[in-house]
Amino acid sequence: MILEVDGLQIHYHTAGGTVRAVDGASFAIPEGRIVGLVGESGCGKTTAVRAIMGVLAENGRRAGGRVTFKGKPIDEATTKPLLWRDIAYVPQSAMSSLDPVYTVGTQIVEVLTKRGRHGRAAARARAAELFDLVGLSESRLGDYPHQFSGGMRQRAAIAMALALEPSLLLADEPVTALDVIVQRQILDTLRALQQRLKLSMVLVTHDISVVAYLCDEVVVMYAGQVIESGPVREVLGRPRHPYTMGLRNAFPDLMSDALELVPIAGSPPDLGDPPPGCRFTPRCPFALASCSTQAAAIGSRQDRAHVSACLRDGEADHLRTSALDPVTWQRSSAYATS
Amino acid sequence: MAALVSVRDVVKHFPVARSLGEVVRRERPVVRALDGVSFDVGAGDAVAIVGESGCGKTTLGRLMLKLVEPTTGSITFDGSALGGLKGPALGAFRRQAQLVFQNPFDALNPRFTIYRAVAEPLVNAGIPEAEHADRIAAAFRRVHLPDLDRYLDKYPHQLSGGQLQRVVLARALVLAPRFLVADEPVSMLDVSVRAGILALMREVRDAMGLTAIYISHDLALVRYLCDRTLVMYLGTIVEDGPTGEIVRRPRHPYTQALVAAVPVPDPDQSRAPLPIKGNVPDAREPPSGCRFRDRCPHAFARCTDEPPPLRALADGHRVACHLEIN
Repeated sequence: MILEVDGLQIHYHTAGGTVRAVDGASFAIPEGRIVGLVGESGCGKTTAVRAIMGVLAENGRRAGGRVTFKGKPIDEATTKPLLWRDIAYVPQSAMSSLDPVYTVGTQIVEVLTKRGRHGRAAARARAAELFDLVGLSESRLGDYPHQFSGGMRQRAAIAMALALEPSLLLADEPVTALDVIVQRQILDTLRALQQRLKLSMVLVTHDISVVAYLCDEVVVMYAGQVIESGPVREVLGRPRHPYTMGLRNAFPDLMSDALELVPIAGSPPDLGDPPPGCRFTPRCPFALASCSTQAAAIGSRQDRAHVSACLRDGEADHLRTSALDPVTWQRSSAYATS
Repeated sequence: MAALVSVRDVVKHFPVARSLGEVVRRERPVVRALDGVSFDVGAGDAVAIVGESGCGKTTLGRLMLKLVEPTTGSITFDGSALGGLKGPALGAFRRQAQLVFQNPFDALNPRFTIYRAVAEPLVNAGIPEAEHADRIAAAFRRVHLPDLDRYLDKYPHQLSGGQLQRVVLARALVLAPRFLVADEPVSMLDVSVRAGILALMREVRDAMGLTAIYISHDLALVRYLCDRTLVMYLGTIVEDGPTGEIVRRPRHPYTQALVAAVPVPDPDQSRAPLPIKGNVPDAREPPSGCRFRDRCPHAFARCTDEPPPLRALADGHRVACHLEIN
């Protein structure tokens, strides 16, 4: 495992009280794999990644848990020297990682000279090499970010992240704002780079189609917690947690024959005051009375490749069949009788 | 069925900033947002307009609502040309044709209560105040927010995304329109909530007999909303047909690339290279002939020389490609 996150807790202090944005999340990133971190807005996926990099917002605080990189525990202070060289970041909007008043080439050269101790000439040569690597023409190094299209900017942000040959790349919704054809080109570039450079990668996204396309493994988050994780084919093909089953039903699929999407009733809980027990209970068609008082711990992936945090995990095969029926999801919030 | 909306040879050019050389040479460069678009929308139909950013889909939606005027060409609504509408006739059109905004988080004034936001179209249309409460209650029932007393005095930030999108839809419905244009109506919503809004939009459309246009970049989503889809590329319609046909048997090379590029939630999906080259060209200087030709894997000499007309195939499917004609 290149990165291990164990029981991570991140609290934001707001006027309305403490928001537990990440509340005991555990997951691991195997070396040389692409792991998708998926969930809806507010589930804590971006916060978790920002915490790993030690760049939380000012009102955010790590309140517990351990993050281990290559076997060594890291915190905000010890992460800083690792950034760029070992752990690099590709943000959602490349415009926000590129400074509009400097040329793209200048910015890459700056990372190489200031962070990587390259000489200027060597840095320029390396910048050209990086542009070539991500499929941009060397002749565009002198351009400003606004002269680039959205896809080119995203490529430039990837080039910059790879400048100092990190072993772990954290990409936060790297293709979300892009048109579908450009999105596909960027995903293919990421895959090719990952294989060529033996990168480990975390892809934060709300889009399970992107996960299915690119990732080897997936970690599903809900309301600040990891509720399911495992190999992509297992988790998307045979989900074990009712939330993942619901997400799969609600997700549009261009090639499916189904004419209707099935929504999950209700909305995610307020993380300032989350419900006791399993946080999905109020929306879960399979919840038992015990679900509202006790949350199941997610199993250890040392024992099994595919784990979920559901009290009824043992009945997953049966629940999955029932979850395929849209009528199941019309039952809102009332506790199911087993 | 008779067409409710007819779009004929519509061209829309937007002027862009000129360089000094262009000023001296008296050139007036334009972005060709739409360049000759024609289609009919039957009463009660639901039509999707899909394409990538800059293809002209949003401009087309705005033209159909008379929010912008075409450079040339005409649009008729229920038999009358939009270009000539004035005074009471224009007011009547505005009541019948409504826009559902893209981002529910931006669509409502944060300083207005929900009541004021939803009553605003009624005030603008001069509906007597005595009728407001009933009309608002009816619109809220339509969007499944029955206990409206819980919402009316709230402000937008106090509602969830799904509730806000229902309010935005209620506001569009409060004047009981016949024609709705929805621009990316669910792209800002989370997946688990989005499915409910899509189902709601279909239900409302059926219940009120609405004619609707859905503008989206997401082919996977419109599949659940519309029977017919128009695919646009650089200001022109390249394909128009039943959504199922467009998705399963796309005829235009651009549509084929678009369909192939959409990821699906299946780890075993195809990862074959896309049948398309390069990037979308500059809309100020689109290629001659077929606008897709420099990205098309099948382009031949004729594609450079003449733009392919949008021709009808046998099954109510239209394609603008020289390959289809040969």
